[in-house]
Amino acid sequence: MKSAVRLTVNGQDYRVNIEARRTLADTIRSDCGLTGTHVGCEHGICGACTVVVNGDPVRACLMFAVQAEGKDIRTIEGLAGDKKLHPLQTTFIEHHGLQCGFCTPGFLMLAAAVLARDPGISDAALMKILSSNLCRCTGYQNIAKAVRAAANQMRKPQR
Amino acid sequence: MSARITSLDVPWVGRAVRRLEDLPLVTGKGRFTGDLPAAHRVRFARSQVAAGRIRSIKGPVGARIITAADLSDVKPIRPMLHKFNYRPIAQPVLANGVVRFVGECIAAAVAPTEEEAEDIVDSIEIDMEVSKPIVDVLDALNSTSAPLHPEAPDNVIVEGHFKTSGFDATWAAAQRIVRSHARSHWQSASPLEPRAAHAAYDQSTGRLTLTYTTQAPHLVRTALADLLGLPEADLRVIAPDVGGSFGQKMSLAPECVVIVWLAWRFRSSFSWVEDRRENLIAGLHSRDQHIDLQGAFDEHGRLLALSADVIANVGAYSCFPTTCGVEPLMAMAEMPGPYDVQNYACHARGVATNTCTMGPCRGVARPAITLALERLIDKAASALHIDPVDIRRRNLIKRFPYTSATGLVHDEASYRETLDIAVQHIDLTAFRKRQSEERTTGRYLGLGIATFSERTGYGSLAFAARGMEITPGWECAELSIDPSGFVEARIGASPHGQGLRTALAQIIADELGVQPENVRIIHGDTDRTPYGWGTFASRSLVIAGGATLIAAQKVRAKLVRIAAHMLEVGPHDIVLSNGTAKVAGTDRSLPIAALARETYHHTHRFGGQIDPGISEKGFYDPLGTFSNACHAAIVEVDVRTGKVTIERFVVVEDAGRLVNPMIVDGQVHGGVAQGIGSALFEEICYDDAGNTLSSSFADYRLPTAGDVPQMELHHLETHTGATNLKSKGLGEGGAIGAPAAVMNAINDALSPFDVSLDEMPATPERIAAALRNATHEGLAAPTSATSTERRSVSSQATPSWEERP
Repeated sequence: MKSAVRLTVNGQDYRVNIEARRTLADTIRSDCGLTGTHVGCEHGICGACTVVVNGDPVRACLMFAVQAEGKDIRTIEGLAGDKKLHPLQTTFIEHHGLQCGFCTPGFLMLAAAVLARDPGISDAALMKILSSNLCRCTGYQNIAKAVRAAANQMRKPQR
Repeated sequence: MSARITSLDVPWVGRAVRRLEDLPLVTGKGRFTGDLPAAHRVRFARSQVAAGRIRSIKGPVGARIITAADLSDVKPIRPMLHKFNYRPIAQPVLANGVVRFVGECIAAAVAPTEEEAEDIVDSIEIDMEVSKPIVDVLDALNSTSAPLHPEAPDNVIVEGHFKTSGFDATWAAAQRIVRSHARSHWQSASPLEPRAAHAAYDQSTGRLTLTYTTQAPHLVRTALADLLGLPEADLRVIAPDVGGSFGQKMSLAPECVVIVWLAWRFRSSFSWVEDRRENLIAGLHSRDQHIDLQGAFDEHGRLLALSADVIANVGAYSCFPTTCGVEPLMAMAEMPGPYDVQNYACHARGVATNTCTMGPCRGVARPAITLALERLIDKAASALHIDPVDIRRRNLIKRFPYTSATGLVHDEASYRETLDIAVQHIDLTAFRKRQSEERTTGRYLGLGIATFSERTGYGSLAFAARGMEITPGWECAELSIDPSGFVEARIGASPHGQGLRTALAQIIADELGVQPENVRIIHGDTDRTPYGWGTFASRSLVIAGGATLIAAQKVRAKLVRIAAHMLEVGPHDIVLSNGTAKVAGTDRSLPIAALARETYHHTHRFGGQIDPGISEKGFYDPLGTFSNACHAAIVEVDVRTGKVTIERFVVVEDAGRLVNPMIVDGQVHGGVAQGIGSALFEEICYDDAGNTLSSSFADYRLPTAGDVPQMELHHLETHTGATNLKSKGLGEGGAIGAPAAVMNAINDALSPFDVSLDEMPATPERIAAALRNATHEGLAAPTSATSTERRSVSSQATPSWEERP
């Protein structure tokens, strides 16, 4: 049984007609047509589906779309905002923080949410946060480097 | 990084150029197979038993269900080897009466949405006559019950024997034999993107387009054409962005064949997207191997002869195209590794069991053989009272080229040099002192070393030696410049995260004097690229790169001829740089676009001397090359819990001339992380009924950022004469050496306890059990007050060597 749900994704409203059991991840991908959010495990461990809901990094595969109604949802497609690239996107390129790119949107959204709240995060705390998501290609070293570089940039006062 | 360097003399090859692949991937604009819409979605009903016969399949009324009965015109998947007593077993694309592993596809459900297709699958009733499965590979060898396949009455699908002529005499005369038994368990490559296939029929051309998570689009096209009875010309296979593979997406999935058949039969578009549970259960496993290794040593620790027995679990079927021979036969061919030993004997078998089909996975057999070999070397060092570093120095190949006992040619490399440099960085003396001090406080640190060679970039002659029905190996690159001056290369390799586009653009940029970001590399589309073999076996940089270099050299020569003609000078006066052709020592120049336009649109001006257009082909088919590395790991083992923490990890590697050092480092990081996973965490566990117990990421434990240490990477570059780029492959090296380094380190940490850990993953349970058993046999665990000297050989609970009278 489907019902009408209104989702606000990257500042834009999407009216979708979905079953209550449909996850936020599947809805974003198929009903909103935003395929940048990826599904790696559907049981909340890999974090490839990480999006930001009301400022919190969230596993979109563990949330039903109906639960996200009325909330501010941000996905990889909206990360840059009105800029060309978010500092994290730039540093991921500069520091080779991605190889196949499948886990990358999840890591970017996780890091973006964390750095937005605490750009001065310690190395130890950052490593704990990055342990939330899985990457099979990079061995994490360059991901950590890229996030640290973006954090340093984001701490500087904006000109 | 890659700031715009205005100096025209600095080559692009060798620079850490930022990847051309990245921008779409960091902005969510990547295009993965599961992103494509389709008219119909497909989910599979899979066997819930490991062995049995299907009595009936009943689906809900009105549901669209496909079974083997519908696929009578589809051939089974039957790869072939013409050597090694290979039994050509067949895998029907949907189980045909018999099921042989939990997860085997029995029926396909088709619906407009995935949810509806899943609902149908849940409602399908499959009545089965269950039989007792064979789950353990040793049980399969000793089994008296019905074999899995009638072609292989003893469950041995492939078998190799090898012995050098001098082996028997050397072995008979041997005074010191050391033994190591390495055990590695089922693992899953677990790329973050599960497998998916999307097939669409084009009404106007009558052709099918398959978009598929594959490492080898042309191979898949060839296979599908054969299985479905279609001309290859009617099939287009696209590998779009592929989310990692590590070998798992090299083998043809039966699910993919069903999807293509559906599109062909019903003239529409169909899509299958695997979920993680399916991938862990049915997505090709690897690494369930027993390696029994014995080495005969002289009193100076020189390895005189090596004897190996390899048993590889191949699961229920044989993977296409490599066949299940890929693990046991690579083990047999490469067992001696980087060591100088000419007397060698090996018996290798691939054995079927009622578990998921085996497929190649990063490193293939070499992580396990390196574990066996490096444990052997450490045990020999201990038994003979020789330092583990010294014993390696005495045995590593020193002179090149070196032909191994199995006929593999090792080109110039730096086996000893990488060891020496790794040891320097570790500061052995300081570590031993710290180790000794920490033991007095009940903390157990250990150092493990692994030296290995990695066979890479090998062409068709090497594959022919295996007797494959289809012999891969060469690569082709087409390089063209269009009238607007745009440079485009089309290749048969199929990268899926390795940054090959960037590396090839750097090679082309150097030859043609253009910027890498102005070079487009097309791959992963059989309609747009020349026939090639895809990306696997650490081959693409060497072979696709080699072909690209040859094509680029031809294009360069043509551009020079065109420019010389247009500028009315000799070819030797032309310099290509900065997107132009210049007359050396003058400021007369023409942009590449002008040269291109001239040869397309004013061909008549060349008086028949130059063919129209700019398009050249390069083929490359090298014999192969060996890269090498030394891995050194420092670990701490918590003897109460069995937990292992890796404190430090040093890699000194040599992959010849590095095209993009940043990409190289990324490959090493990723490979080492996988190796750490293999050594400590990853195991697909089966119960006695053949059920996969590790069917989620909660049970199948991939390493996280917190598990992987900061790696210290150092590079040597032995520019090999074996390849035209002077480069070597290295993509698998991290996964090959890291497990042995970590395992040796664990054993070094626990040397006061007289345990020998040779089974991976070395989980806390296995370590704790080993320690309990050692203590139980009356060897008291050292307390903080006792001596920390290594125990003498004679008091070892498990003798690791025997002295011949």
